[in-house]
Amino acid sequence: MSDLTRKTAVELQELMTSGQASSVEITQAHLDRIAAVDDSVRAFLHVDSEGALAQAAAIDAKRAAGEKLGPLAGVPLALKDVLTQEGVPTTAGSKILEGWKPPYDATVVKRLKAAGIVILGKTNMDEFAMGSSTENSAYGTTHNPWDLNRIPGGSGGGSSAALAAYEAPLAIGTDTGGSIRQPGAFTGTVGVKPTYGGTSRYGLIALASSLDTPGPCARTTLDAALLHEAIAGYDPMDSTSINQPVPAVVEAARRGDVTGLRVGVVKELGGEGYQPGVEARFHEAVELLTKLGAEVVEVSCPHFQYALPAYYLILPSEASSNLAKFDAMRYGLRVGDDGINSAEKVMNLTREAGFGDEVKRRIMLGTHALSSGYYDAYYGQAQKVRTLIQRDFANAYEQVDVLVSPATPTTAFPIGDRADDPIAMYKNDLCTIPVNLAGNAAASFPCGLADEDNLPVGFHVMAPVMRDELLYTVGAALESALAEQWGGVLMAQAPELEVTR
Amino acid sequence: MTAAVLEIDDALAQYDPVMGLEVHVELNTRSKMFCGCPTEFGAPPNTQTCPVCLGLPGALPVVNARAVESAIKIGLALNCEIAEWCRFARKNYFYPDMPKNFQTSQYDEPIAYNGWTEVVVDGETYRIEIERAHMEEDTGKSTHVGGATGRIHGASHSLVDYNRAGIPLIEIVTKTIEVPGDKAAAVAKAYVSMLRDLLLALGVSDVRMDQGSLRCDANVSLKPTGSATFGTRTETKNVNSFRSVERAVTYEITRQAAVLASGGKVVQETRHWHEDTGITTSGREKSDAEDYRYFPEPDLVPVAPSREWVEEIRSSLPEAPTLRRVRLQEEWGFTDLEMRDVVNGNALEPIVATVELGVTPTAAKKWWLGELARAANESGQELNALGVGPAEVAEVQKLVDAGSLNDKLARQVFDGLIKGEGTPAEIMAKRGLALVSDDSALIEAIDRAIAANPDVVEKVNSGKPAAAGALIGAVMKDMRGQADAAKVRELLNAKLGI
Repeated sequence: MSDLTRKTAVELQELMTSGQASSVEITQAHLDRIAAVDDSVRAFLHVDSEGALAQAAAIDAKRAAGEKLGPLAGVPLALKDVLTQEGVPTTAGSKILEGWKPPYDATVVKRLKAAGIVILGKTNMDEFAMGSSTENSAYGTTHNPWDLNRIPGGSGGGSSAALAAYEAPLAIGTDTGGSIRQPGAFTGTVGVKPTYGGTSRYGLIALASSLDTPGPCARTTLDAALLHEAIAGYDPMDSTSINQPVPAVVEAARRGDVTGLRVGVVKELGGEGYQPGVEARFHEAVELLTKLGAEVVEVSCPHFQYALPAYYLILPSEASSNLAKFDAMRYGLRVGDDGINSAEKVMNLTREAGFGDEVKRRIMLGTHALSSGYYDAYYGQAQKVRTLIQRDFANAYEQVDVLVSPATPTTAFPIGDRADDPIAMYKNDLCTIPVNLAGNAAASFPCGLADEDNLPVGFHVMAPVMRDELLYTVGAALESALAEQWGGVLMAQAPELEVTR
Repeated sequence: MTAAVLEIDDALAQYDPVMGLEVHVELNTRSKMFCGCPTEFGAPPNTQTCPVCLGLPGALPVVNARAVESAIKIGLALNCEIAEWCRFARKNYFYPDMPKNFQTSQYDEPIAYNGWTEVVVDGETYRIEIERAHMEEDTGKSTHVGGATGRIHGASHSLVDYNRAGIPLIEIVTKTIEVPGDKAAAVAKAYVSMLRDLLLALGVSDVRMDQGSLRCDANVSLKPTGSATFGTRTETKNVNSFRSVERAVTYEITRQAAVLASGGKVVQETRHWHEDTGITTSGREKSDAEDYRYFPEPDLVPVAPSREWVEEIRSSLPEAPTLRRVRLQEEWGFTDLEMRDVVNGNALEPIVATVELGVTPTAAKKWWLGELARAANESGQELNALGVGPAEVAEVQKLVDAGSLNDKLARQVFDGLIKGEGTPAEIMAKRGLALVSDDSALIEAIDRAIAANPDVVEKVNSGKPAAAGALIGAVMKDMRGQADAAKVRELLNAKLGI
């Protein structure tokens, strides 16, 4: 049944409950698909065939025994390599962790396992999630299934590319400045950054602790909502976790009713620097929402223009400290341990050899920004900007229920295009970064192809803290209306990948 | 290499010392500061660790609420203000025994600040201002192998035990302490000693200095006598006994004085204390270049103890040891000297407990500082490790009060108790220690004494009744001490008609 890989998670669950397919068959179909196309897509860093099939068999056995199972039990998933999974190699895309097998599961992974979700393997990413293209991965670039010469976005390019290549129906990403949403936009898939604290960071290898948020990726809004529900909720192991019920995301995704919903178009996120095809699809989607009964207004968030510089002070500051632990002493790479070199020398040699350029760049930036004498001007000032951006959001949410913008200024760019221009690369995250600084929820939903290049455009929805369900309301409404226009889902318009094996 | 030093009197004639004391206290919480790992001392290396205290990728800290409570107790007992809202901060530096290469500590927002306490030295009370008390985690413990000194220099390799990593610490920092130079070292010692008593009374730490659960760093600088400008300070690390605190401060005063007197400059540095030789040696130089890049710990939410909670803790605090001592001395009617002997002899708590069982303070002091202290001293044991507790002391004293024992026999009972020979009654039976209260046996002994000492009887009869004392002594000897001397006197006097 080769078409098992074309199904949504919801459809797969129906096949399993009606006895038309087993989890082992579904898992095997996806493993076969990975074997067939991943030489050209390179979404996975590690495929755990044995573990996945064992998990699938266990679920099949439970189902056969009549146990009550969750809505995603037996459905396969691709896991971003930044989350620890006990006994499975975890690298965060870095050489410095090559060969490390964590002795523990991240909370998100524990919840996936508890939900009976089958973990196929670990997906590629920019090293320590620093990047917007996966070109910073120490293990090579992932290719965009819509055009293999283009990047799939980043840092979670592997997870989104796996969805777009039908290698998995579900994936987990992490979003620090757009690392779920931007790859979602570039691959024509759904990517959701939950409210900061809505999903546990325990076991997420930290980039910037105050920004990192794990979240669901899928090809449909409802699949994403089901996955969201499976992984979200309070975790006593994460002090920053919010002790409140998970927002009713699945119900919102099923209803998708935007009647009376107040939608604010962010004035500052558009215009110069935005690709015309991106803007065209975005505005059409906004009009569609109006037709569906939403009340659309324009909203100004004047401090968003300072988000990028503030982000590039806060993130490197936290990262410089978070990445200090990679020192060759307890795990991972060790270079220069010749019995003569001091521990300090071994630390230096290991970090020199184990970290890539972008990681070193950000460690240096952060170390400088936190230095005595510079702290107030850099880190301190950036925190003030953060407060101003939070106020912008608070003011906006007094007028509207959700904010919208394009997810990215452009569509997926060619591999190598911006590799030597960090600023151009950073600008890719203009629309997504403000949300992380404020800790709000946001998502990217496919809204069509840009006329210039026939590549997917993402529609960005932002919602207040712990109002994640509003994202799914908008996403589901848009999804069904657009599917009517297109006569099917956007992904159906993606080119067929050549099967290489 | 020993540095030149001045005689302490010469040093103090020219310079005034200024001190600052930083004391690290390991709390006695069952679990670590940021994870659930146990905290028992002496477990095999790296058996009390988890992803959090090993700093594994992805692991996150969660604050131990009991540790926060202990910190608040300490802060309140030191008359500090308790922050309504404070944060942890990361102190960034690389060292192999620090799993994350940053220490989760508190920086500019300590949980407790602006306090004070008092110590008494030679009858004078000195007020010590407390700058802050903050929470942090301990590091792992490095052992340097293969060198001659056990220090990293010359070692072939190092071993790290992370059992200690993440143990909750409270760092208590004084403001500058300026007291008369000849009292400085004694005040430093008295302060650390007072802290130990306080922490024990609060029940927040075991304060086992031999296990490093209380460690003192002593900052010392000198300024020319009468000058207002502070000199350059040194920080002597890990001074781990009261006596060492006193010695280390004295040593640094004499060493720095020699440097200054010869026209040299004191180097700002950390120094190592050597218990065996009683000197400090240069550690690493502390320059301005040392930059810990502190910033608020983003993995933790702020600590915001409610005022209700703080007041609840305040109302549960035990009486401050210093105040309690003053009260007890008054209640017991002891002199300053007696009270000092009690405290220095670690006999305060045993005496309190014994008095609570109905023994008079004087009698309790007599046994604890006399027979029992001597026995402890002889066997090199702690007073509380003798196997004799307040209950036994009270029991023996009751027997004395009842006339069943005298002091001399009681000492033998204590000896039996220490040797584990049973209860006081059993020991008295086994050793045959009961006083003879049978009059006929005493009268027989008196008759023997009178018969054997006609000269003494002569003296008594010739109008010198005081001479009868010799006869009492003879009777007591005859009875092998097992007679009530008062009873003997009574019977003897009747016999002699005096």
